[in-house]
Amino acid sequence: MTEMTFAEAIESALAQAMEGDESVFIMGEDVHLLRVNLFARFGKKRVKHAPISESGFLGAGVAAAMAGLRPVVEIMLIDFIGVAMDALLNHAAKINYFSGGKWNVPLVVRASCGGGYGDAGQHEQSLWGWIAHIPGLNVIVPSNPADAGGLMLAAIQSDEPVIYFEHKLLADYWRDYLGSGGRDTVTYDLPQDGVKGYVPDIWEPIPIGELRKFRDGDDITLISVGVGVHRCIDASQILENKGVSAEVLDLRTIAPIDLNAIKESVKKTGKVIVVDEDYKHFGLSGEISALILEEGMEFKFRRVCTEHTIPYDRKREDDTLPNVQRIVNEAMKVMGS
Amino acid sequence: MTSKSYITICLNTNIVSNMEKSILLDMYRMMLRSRLFEEAVTELWEQGKISGEMHLGIGEEAVIAAVVSHLQDGDAIASDHRGTPPFLMRGIDPKALILEFLGDPKGLCSGQGGHMHLFSKEHLCASSGIVGAAGPAATGFALSMQYNKQKNIAVAFFGEGAVNQGMLMESMNLASAWNLPVLFVCKDNEWAITTPSEEVTGGELLKRAEGFGLKSIELNGLDIEEMHEALSGIIPNMRKNGDPHFILAHCVHKTGHFLGDPLMRFHGNFMEEFKEVSGPLMKSAAKRKGASVGKRANNIGKVLGLIRRSGKQMKEKFDPIIILEKKIKDQKEELNNIKEEITLEIGAIIDESLKLSNGGILK
Repeated sequence: MTEMTFAEAIESALAQAMEGDESVFIMGEDVHLLRVNLFARFGKKRVKHAPISESGFLGAGVAAAMAGLRPVVEIMLIDFIGVAMDALLNHAAKINYFSGGKWNVPLVVRASCGGGYGDAGQHEQSLWGWIAHIPGLNVIVPSNPADAGGLMLAAIQSDEPVIYFEHKLLADYWRDYLGSGGRDTVTYDLPQDGVKGYVPDIWEPIPIGELRKFRDGDDITLISVGVGVHRCIDASQILENKGVSAEVLDLRTIAPIDLNAIKESVKKTGKVIVVDEDYKHFGLSGEISALILEEGMEFKFRRVCTEHTIPYDRKREDDTLPNVQRIVNEAMKVMGS
Repeated sequence: MTSKSYITICLNTNIVSNMEKSILLDMYRMMLRSRLFEEAVTELWEQGKISGEMHLGIGEEAVIAAVVSHLQDGDAIASDHRGTPPFLMRGIDPKALILEFLGDPKGLCSGQGGHMHLFSKEHLCASSGIVGAAGPAATGFALSMQYNKQKNIAVAFFGEGAVNQGMLMESMNLASAWNLPVLFVCKDNEWAITTPSEEVTGGELLKRAEGFGLKSIELNGLDIEEMHEALSGIIPNMRKNGDPHFILAHCVHKTGHFLGDPLMRFHGNFMEEFKEVSGPLMKSAAKRKGASVGKRANNIGKVLGLIRRSGKQMKEKFDPIIILEKKIKDQKEELNNIKEEITLEIGAIIDESLKLSNGGILK
């Protein structure tokens, strides 16, 4: 076991995949600097910097994958997928189905996501629910270094398109690049267990579609992804003091979702809080409640999500994104007090 | 990529001015006010009173001033993520801008937008943090002008990095095909974020714009006189004919892509910055499997080359304000008076804004 930051873990898993498979390469804006360590080792053929042409190079990534390469295409911020959505929506997601299952798209799209550093609503969205809405795409949102590396390796090895979300509060270089810019005059609410942690010496792929139980509990199930998982852990400690035993589930993968493990927890607790940094309506939180309802289970349900455009002002931003207090409040409502 | 680089152009800058002194002094006032305003913004950012990214227009003042000084009521601006200079020069309340950057509810956009998402409906000024978005926005403003038979124009400000974005290309075609009064202003500083644009751009931008049927001109965006004179011809003609134009204006970004730009940081304290990145870099470069030894050396050389190259932008000889000061150095007293007056004005704006927001929301 080695200790690594979230960003180091992703880079280390990428390096392992690149040294093991010549067809794996990185493509995206500024990657010669953003991935400078890999650039120094592998050069511009394998770490290819692209113009600000997301629709062009993501579309090209889809076809390069069809031709047998394994591209890891970087969309700097998931907000920018807006200009390139067609490549995912109408192509990456549909080639396998349209070809009668005869042609795969082994593509990874890596994008940073999430807020908490004051960059406003065009640079801090989560949008995983929007992407996961489309059949044919896998969506991964890791919450800690060990999962980040193992899931990156799984994403690269998968024969299906995978959208890999990297939360900016967890990745130190994104926080520095977009948030502090070398300043020590700004601070963030950093989840320490997500920022740094122990990882295996040799990466093994983590199966896509398996959640991880982060904390055992009997009274209520808190379900989340990414930074939200850590907010749930913090909330569960406050709830413990109020006599409420909360179970915390880290979905890790949104599509496909691990419904069996969710059901198992809900069977025990009968109460669910979904904490989702993505938008509240027509998204992950509603989907989870629908999936459990379709199983014929009875349960109490509340959700803590982002409900409107993320404001620039840091204080209002903290109130907009799911926070520990909001989770505790909703949990206590479900507990009936 | 482009037919001339700013370096070539600057060497050809006409130091002796032929333009009326009063116009040059007006331009100086506009440019310096924007510069000192953004320097004050830099200080607030460094103090942590402004969060997140901060993209400045320091180095592109001559381009913005030349365009904005020719605008009239009813003209529209679609800005990129460097909205501060055009908004300030268009007459938007500077205190409202500072309060916005501080995240104050009394800010221009109630503290909800921040510097990348500035909007003033009253001035028809909009901005966006999505690269290339100024193109379609200006095209839409121009469409409404044509629809309503107004003699107005819409300006799109964007960088040469944005010219590889599909929506900007599409809007150039729209403006040409529908003959819309859009002034496409490409501020070419030769960097797409931290990538040299020539490495990721095919062909020549001027020819590309001409290919869409846009009347196109290449200008030294560091020389306010050349910029102002060209626009004195172009903008009135656009009002008359309602047709689109493309300007390729060479300029610099003295603070890089944004404050804290990882490349520009090396020019502050090279050894310290280098110590931080070189460890993981060398460790990775020395790993088994990967490119050949020769290629790895080239890769590292390439990174060092980027650092060196980024420093060019900071040079005084590429500073549009210093270039203008040299042109009118015989007006020394007048220049000093303007400087003093603006310094006082900006100081008061910052003080009052901080007072209004109780010292800034963050601190």
